[in-house]
Parts: sequence; C-alpha cells; structure tokens
Amino acid sequence: MPTETMTRRGLLVKLGMLFNGVVAAALAVPVTRYLLSSVTRGRASAYLSWVPLGPASSFPEGETRLATFRNPYVMPTDGKTVDTACWVRRIAGDQFQVFAVNCAHLGCPVRWFPQSGLFMCPCHGGAYYRDGSRASGPPERGLFEYPTRVENGVVTIQAGELPTPGPNAALADGKPPCA
Amino acid sequence: MRLIRRTLEWLDFRLQLAAPIREAVEHPVPRNTASWWYVFGSAALTVFLLQLVTGILLALIYVPSGGEAWSSLQALNHDVTFGWFIRALHGWGSNFMVALVLIHMVQVFLFGAYKFPRELTWILGVFLLLMTLGMAFTGQVLRFDQDAYWGLGIGASIASRVPLAGPAVVKLMLGGPIIAGATLSRFFALHVFVIPGLLIGFVALHVLMVLKLGINEWPMPGRVVKRATYVAEYHALTSKDGAPFAPYAIWKDIFFAAFVLLAVAACALCFGPFGPTGRPDPTIVQTVPKPDYFFLWLYALLSLLPPSLETPFLLIGPAVAIVALLLLPFLSGEGEKSWRRRPIAVLTVLLIAVVMGTFTRLAQFAPWSPHMNAWSGDPVPERFLHGATALERQGALVFQAKQCRNCHALGRSGGERGPDLDGVAMRMTQDQLIRQVIQGGGNMPAYGKNLSPAQTTALVAFLVTLHPPGQPPARDASRDALLEDGAESRPVAQP
Repeated sequence: MPTETMTRRGLLVKLGMLFNGVVAAALAVPVTRYLLSSVTRGRASAYLSWVPLGPASSFPEGETRLATFRNPYVMPTDGKTVDTACWVRRIAGDQFQVFAVNCAHLGCPVRWFPQSGLFMCPCHGGAYYRDGSRASGPPERGLFEYPTRVENGVVTIQAGELPTPGPNAALADGKPPCA
Repeated sequence: MRLIRRTLEWLDFRLQLAAPIREAVEHPVPRNTASWWYVFGSAALTVFLLQLVTGILLALIYVPSGGEAWSSLQALNHDVTFGWFIRALHGWGSNFMVALVLIHMVQVFLFGAYKFPRELTWILGVFLLLMTLGMAFTGQVLRFDQDAYWGLGIGASIASRVPLAGPAVVKLMLGGPIIAGATLSRFFALHVFVIPGLLIGFVALHVLMVLKLGINEWPMPGRVVKRATYVAEYHALTSKDGAPFAPYAIWKDIFFAAFVLLAVAACALCFGPFGPTGRPDPTIVQTVPKPDYFFLWLYALLSLLPPSLETPFLLIGPAVAIVALLLLPFLSGEGEKSWRRRPIAVLTVLLIAVVMGTFTRLAQFAPWSPHMNAWSGDPVPERFLHGATALERQGALVFQAKQCRNCHALGRSGGERGPDLDGVAMRMTQDQLIRQVIQGGGNMPAYGKNLSPAQTTALVAFLVTLHPPGQPPARDASRDALLEDGAESRPVAQP
C-alpha cells in the first residue's frame, strides 16, 4: 500500500489540512483584532478627551487640592474604578497645574502634604515638590501632568489613560502630557 | 460486594484502565526513595487539587465585574455560610502551594534530580513554577480591593517600561486605557481558564514523566551520572533493590498530603481569609498598597535598587533567571548528584534564600516609606525641650509643623526614611544642618522654598540641641580657628 507516489486519499488528506489552514488563518484575523482591540483603539489618542474638573473658583490660589473626574471611556462593568483622582494646583489666576495621583515610579497614589510642601508616595518613598518636579526617592522624573486649560471659568484637563512611566522614564525631562 | 465487583468489571471491560493504573502505582522504585524528602511534589499536587475545588466553589458566588467583585467578596465573607472559610482555604492554599512548589524545586535541585534523563521534567517544572506565580498574582487581582487596584498599577508601570511596545503592552494588559472592569475580566479569564488549563496539562506531563523515567534515586556521593550508562544502572537498581511504589513509598505521600491539607485548614480557621481591604475606588488616595507575601521581596527590591538600574533589572532580570533555570539541566546534565559533593549548588540555594528572606523581612516594615500620618502623631518628647530657649522651642514647632517626622524619628517615633535625629547635632555642624535643610541632598528634598529664613534659623537652633547630655555637638574646627584669629586682632564682646 504505502508507495512513494501520492495516492488519491493521501492528496485528499493534504488538501484537507491545507483547507483547515486557510480557514484557521481567516479566523485568526478577527480573533487577533479582538484580542488587540484595546491597543488598536487607543491609537491616535482616541481614549483622550477634555474633561471638566469644576469651576476655577473652587480652587483657592496658591493651594493644591484633590479633585476627581470620571474617566471619559466607560464600560458598563467598571463600577467605581472609572472615578479618577488628580491633584489641582492653582498657581495664580488662570494658571493651573494638574497632576496625576500616580507616582512616576510605579504608580502608587501620592499624597499632598501642604505643611511640608511635598507630594509623598507611600510605596517606595518617592517625593515631589509643589510644582511636581522630583524631590527625592526612586522616581526618575516629576509627576505626570495633564494638559490643562480654563474654559469659561471651568478647569478642564485632557485625560483618559492611566499615566505610566513608559520606556523612556529616565529620559523624560519636565512635563510631558499624561497620555 | 459482588455487585460492586461486577460493576467495576463491566466498566473496565470498556475503559481498560485498571491494568495501566495498577502498573503505574505498583511500578518499582529504588527503596531509598521511600523518604520524607520525596513528598513535596505530591503535596504540591494535593494543594493544587484543593485550589481547583475551592476555586470552583468560590466561582459559585464571586462576580468578576469591576462594579460588583468587591461586594461579592464581602457577601462571601459575611453572608454566605462558610463563605469566609472557603475563601480562607483558597487564600492559604495559594500560600502553601507557592511554598511547596519552591521547597520541591529546592529538593529536586539539591538531589540532582534535574540531570539526565530528567531534563524535560525539570523544564516542565520551571513552567509549573512560573504558572504557580502567575496564579498567585492573578488571584491577588481577583481579590479586587485597593491592594489589587494599585498592584495592577504597579504591574502596568513595570510593563510600560518595555522598550518600544511599552504603551501597547499596558493597554493589552489592562484591556483598555485604565484599570477598570475589562482589566478584572481578563485577569479572571487568565486565573480561571487559561493558566489552570495549562497547569493541568503540564502537571499531567510532569507526573507522566516521573512514571516513565522513574523517580530520582537517592543521591550517593561518588555515584556519577553518565549519559551512556545511567539508564542501565537505574534499571539495575530498581530490579535489584526496588520496591513497588504502592504501598512501599506512597504511604508517606498520603500522610504528608493529609497533614498539609490539615495545616491549610488550620491556618484558614485561625487566621481567616485575606481581605478584601478597602473598596477599589481610585479617588481614595489614603492607602498604602502592599503585595502578598510572595512578592514582598520584589517590593523591597524596587525601593532599594538605584533608579538607573531599575528598568534593566525589571525587564532583563526575570528573563535571565528563567533562561538560567531552563538551561541548568543542559549545563550540568551529568556528574555528581549528591549535595555533599556540590558546594556551589548548596551555597547558591542558601544565598538566594537569605537574600529573599531579608528582602521579605525588610518589606514588612518598609523603612524607605515616609510615615504618612506622623504629623498628627506623638508630640516632640519633653526631654528634648528641657531648658530650651524661646528660639529652640520655636524650632521644635517648625520641626513638628513641617512634618519632618514623616521621614525622621525623634525619641524613637517617626519615619525611618531619613536618619534618626536624636543625636544629629553630633554628626553635623550648624552650617551643615542649614545647608541640608535648605538644599536637601542624599535622599532629602530641599526645603529652601518652603521655609522662611526665620523658620530655618529656629529649626536649626532646635536641631543643634539634639545631642546626648555630656557629649558635645559637632563643631567646625576651622571656624574656631577663624574666631581665634579674630580674637587676637580685635577684642570680642563674648567668648
């Protein structure tokens, strides 16, 4: 029975496998796109939007206050996790700085200490000055800062993504946007 | 009785499994492997089975939804009969499983069991270890509380450092732009379907290979493994000095398995379930996230590494460790098995154990973190203020109000981030203190912009009083010389 020449059934087996391969490749396209949807959707900053934090008058000049906003991209099962906190510093007038609470080291929530004028991180001891620049500890850069503008007396920031140090943590100089 | 036997015979006529099972459990093993040292693998398997059962039980109640996971854990803890106990069994089971897998691995390493022909058994074991750790991390995420939330943040921050692909990896890991419902769902899928599925397959292969290749014989110093002769020698050993695995050796596995299950249950009963801690609400920033104990060493390492080494270490370190473990059986596939003739192996195990233990211990009290509530804590101890001048008392007030004790201890209370200040005046002169306060340095932020000159003067006046009675404060000898020179040339009012 087994010969070097290809039998009809042997050919059919090979063709059948090829057919399966073609079907698998066709199915792999939607599966891969489904798996990578959270990555591809985020291209071109699609996750980012301008969100209001509240009237400028609610932030006293020269002080830093905690503000919260709802992340612009919401899924039905998100619960409280889409409520995000940020530190709002009103320097004077319409000059604002809005910092992510996430430490630039590993993302733990930093806390503002008005008396010592420092942001401190509870995890690995990172500290930042009131303008967000690095003061001490393991972070390689200052706090993440959201692009900020004041529209009709309302403080608005561009937000939507979890700020992370990224591959160039050490190279980041001053204040790249959060995204 | 006859009915049972006939039923079994009916089943086996169709299944034909009785003979291979009997052959497997009664296969001959070297007599000296019937040892209490050989029970850890089967104990890890037992705890894995416990995890499967308790995991399924938890899934009856648990809801993998960002909005409801935390509440369903509360319901398990407080409303469902023995829900807390099943959670505690699963949580303690995971701790025991990590520990048993590590002990098993150390035993296998020290007994040289990874050498020819058991290289692939070891490699599968390395993957089993990685999957066990993967289960531990993903399980910690399913306990969707503040620690889980910020733990994911730490994971995302580490993942973001991958060159080029960093931001994409973060979004793939989180299932979206932030830590939210989709993140929990994908960790649920990993913890409940993907990793356990792989684990079951790998465990089956791992055990199959132990049966096919035979259990590693007790290592004798001088009995050297050679590829050409080992298999024949092993067969000679089992035929000459072998005994059936069941019941000769298996009774120890059975007893140890029961003992481990009892220990897990006792821990669950005495210490209860883990968490959940606070609700996973990122607007609550008053939180001090910490990982579970098997990742505490990493938490400590991330504080103590110099910042410039962190990214390479995080990204390259694990890869190097995994590759080293995978290559081990190929680099030393032959030779001595006994730990008595392998001092470097023993020292390596000891070194790793001491390093991990030290880091874990350090992470338990995290001396590198500021004490976030120190300012509202204890007052400046009275003995530091006895006979103090008005200026020094003012300095003590500044010291308290500016939260220096978040990082510095005074009278044994306060943070450990910076040095203890009880005797700081003996270490630094007045000028050095002023410079340190204003400019910072080392790990200390600069306070120049945050203190008025009057506050700095008062603070330093207080700090220079901080030396034990009878021991003089540090002084700048050159300044004394300068003052003496001055005294010679013109008279001064005071000494």
